[in-house]
Amino acid sequence: MSDTATPGRLHVPPTAKRGEVIEIRLLLQHPMENGFRRDTLGRSVPRNIIHRLAARYDGREILRAELGTGMAANPYFAFFTRATASGEVLIEWEDELGQKGSLKAPIEVA
Amino acid sequence: MELAGTALPLRAQQLMPTQDLRPLIRGVAGETPPRPGRVHIGLPQLAENGNSVPLELNVDSPMTEAEHVRSLHVFAERNPRPLIASVHLGPHAGRARITTRIRLAGSQRVVAIAVLSDGSAWSDEAEVIVTSAACLDEMSL
Amino acid sequence: MIRLAVSLLLLVAPAWAQAPRSGLDYQGEDIRRLQADDFANPAMLWVERGAAAWKRKLGAADKSCADCHGDAEKSMRGLAARLPAWDARLGRVSTLESRINACIVREQRAPEPPPEAADAIGLQAYIALQSRGMPLRVEVDGAARAMFERGRALYGTRIGQMNLACAHCHDQHAGKTLLVEQLSQGQPTAWPAYRMEWQAAGTLERRLRACFLGVRAEMPAYRSDELTALQLYLAWRAKGLALEAPGVRR
Repeated sequence: MSDTATPGRLHVPPTAKRGEVIEIRLLLQHPMENGFRRDTLGRSVPRNIIHRLAARYDGREILRAELGTGMAANPYFAFFTRATASGEVLIEWEDELGQKGSLKAPIEVA
Repeated sequence: MELAGTALPLRAQQLMPTQDLRPLIRGVAGETPPRPGRVHIGLPQLAENGNSVPLELNVDSPMTEAEHVRSLHVFAERNPRPLIASVHLGPHAGRARITTRIRLAGSQRVVAIAVLSDGSAWSDEAEVIVTSAACLDEMSL
Repeated sequence: MIRLAVSLLLLVAPAWAQAPRSGLDYQGEDIRRLQADDFANPAMLWVERGAAAWKRKLGAADKSCADCHGDAEKSMRGLAARLPAWDARLGRVSTLESRINACIVREQRAPEPPPEAADAIGLQAYIALQSRGMPLRVEVDGAARAMFERGRALYGTRIGQMNLACAHCHDQHAGKTLLVEQLSQGQPTAWPAYRMEWQAAGTLERRLRACFLGVRAEMPAYRSDELTALQLYLAWRAKGLALEAPGVRR
């Protein structure tokens, strides 16, 4: 069975009042290999972590992160933004092997 | 594939060197040392496993165009690479609060730095005890 | 002398010295909170893999699980709480994993997934989730009896350089402190589970193998009769406890 990558999970409240501060939650499936581990044959496991992550909403960047080897595997984030207009929250990331991923979720602002 | 883990027995943890964070902090906050305050670091006093420790960063800031948090930085002085993450925020964040999960290579001090829109830098720190697993696992070989 | 005392204890102490308690009770606050949070529980990433694998056509037969079993929320409901069980078709006791694998080989005509393949763990977690909250109720009479007795015997047999049986830690000393951890009763309700030590989800077989290593015994092979027998005995011993899969553990 192939180990197809699952990008992850994104939660954005589906609706919000204009001006309301809303929580965004994100969970990504990634080993965040720190480069310090060895396999059972003693071979070094190459470092590969999601080192860049950004969140955009309503045409603006709400968060941008540079991540290091000290981030836990399968990284989790919760952060906030202010609901300004109906649209999409877009999360984009890239790991050190150049693998890119993105997730988006709509929000209705009344 | 089975992997050897990063968890080390208690004694090995104690032998890991503590690194001087000051040059790293200067790199994100500039020459003036950050003052304690404004930023709050939330970590358990006792972490059951260093592979995944819940972390919350919170800054007292109105998060307006005029006055907001520009960036947040987290350092662990006994991690092989102390800078865990840098997060850039802006007025659109609405609230300067972030929750995530980090790795800690043993019991140590964790330092958070917040750089505000006026250029001032603030700090907070927490001591975390990371406990060792009672049983040997394939990962700890 | 001490060894003799421990052996005597093992002989005289009833198997049910304590009411069954989930392993979750022995975890710290952070892990309990993580397991209760269906968004943040990292094992849910494997469930999503499993849900995708359920619908994916596979093998020479080009069939998906859903092609035969339809909606897993209906067709798989309750199944994981009854396993391991005697499987008349296979002529042996099967676990959830071995039942899925037999289906993959026989119906999809695809190769058997290797132990701990992420999609295979995902399928198990997805199927087990359909029984979450249901009490474990495995059947050990009839054809499953021999395997059950083998598991019970293994559970009480001293093994490894530490010369310990499962029962020494998980019956006799459950609740006591070893370094800073509390010894659990070894109840198998969370699996497949996300384990912090592994930084990944894994099966009960992987967890049991780690126990063998812990007492410095030779680890039984994945999918061996020893592990099947132990899993059947453990499931019977946990009778009435609610299935929590996919759980979170240290």
